[in-house]
Amino acid sequence: MIQTLTTPDGLVGIIFLFMVVVTLIGGLVASASERLVRAVIGLVISFVGVAGLYYFLNSPFIAMMQVLIYVGAVAVAISFAIMLAAPEEKKKFSPTNPLTGPLGLISAALLTSGLITIALKTTWPIMPKVNNGSVKIIGIQLLTNHSMVFELISIVLLIAILGALVIARGGREH
Amino acid sequence: MPLLTLHNSLVTYLVVGALLFGMGVYGMVTRRTLIGMLIAAELLLAGASINFMAFNRFTAPDPAFGQIFTLFIMAIAAAEAAIGLSIIVAFYRHYKSIDTDDAVQLKG
Repeated sequence: MIQTLTTPDGLVGIIFLFMVVVTLIGGLVASASERLVRAVIGLVISFVGVAGLYYFLNSPFIAMMQVLIYVGAVAVAISFAIMLAAPEEKKKFSPTNPLTGPLGLISAALLTSGLITIALKTTWPIMPKVNNGSVKIIGIQLLTNHSMVFELISIVLLIAILGALVIARGGREH
Repeated sequence: MPLLTLHNSLVTYLVVGALLFGMGVYGMVTRRTLIGMLIAAELLLAGASINFMAFNRFTAPDPAFGQIFTLFIMAIAAAEAAIGLSIIVAFYRHYKSIDTDDAVQLKG
């Protein structure tokens, strides 16, 4: 047992299990904690774990993008919004429906168990690979097969930036 | 020792993705604030991305497709977060609150 743990393969397995645990604990904190700041921290932890999973899926490039975009940009933007919109911690919410929590739990559990059942019951076909999915091939495909989507996504990002500026700026004068 | 070779099976990733998706659904249903719902939406997208990447690694013939799709999901998620957060900030200026119960002015 100890000998299998100290081999390189055993260490890889341990790191993978650690990443899975980090992802799930971060997700739990993000979805169930009372305070929003803690939820953002949980989201960051979960995203770091997801980046580790991407690394195990042979895509270090996507893992790096996950850390750069999600941890570096989206989480910081959300924490800025929390600071700008300072939700009062003590604010009295209108009385919540007592069924919301259990019903949310039941619907989430049904969806999750359904997805897991499908994943376990299906035999997934394994196809032979036609290339190795390196960054070079991703770049070539982005500019040949997927060039239309590539251009569209840049327009979407541009419009999103402009729209965010316009929406957030309006009403500042008065 | 099967626990240490889990990273070579497709089902592990699918289960993790499903669990993240379930947490996102739970957060989406139970959160009372707009920012909390945005965080839950990010969890949903992360679960979907894990599924794409897992199928990309294990079953798809061209392993570049899934990575490109995940990149597009990230771009859309960034755009969604930018727009959503600016709407939340504008909403907060008007109502001094980010509670979803206050966003009922269009209610008949």
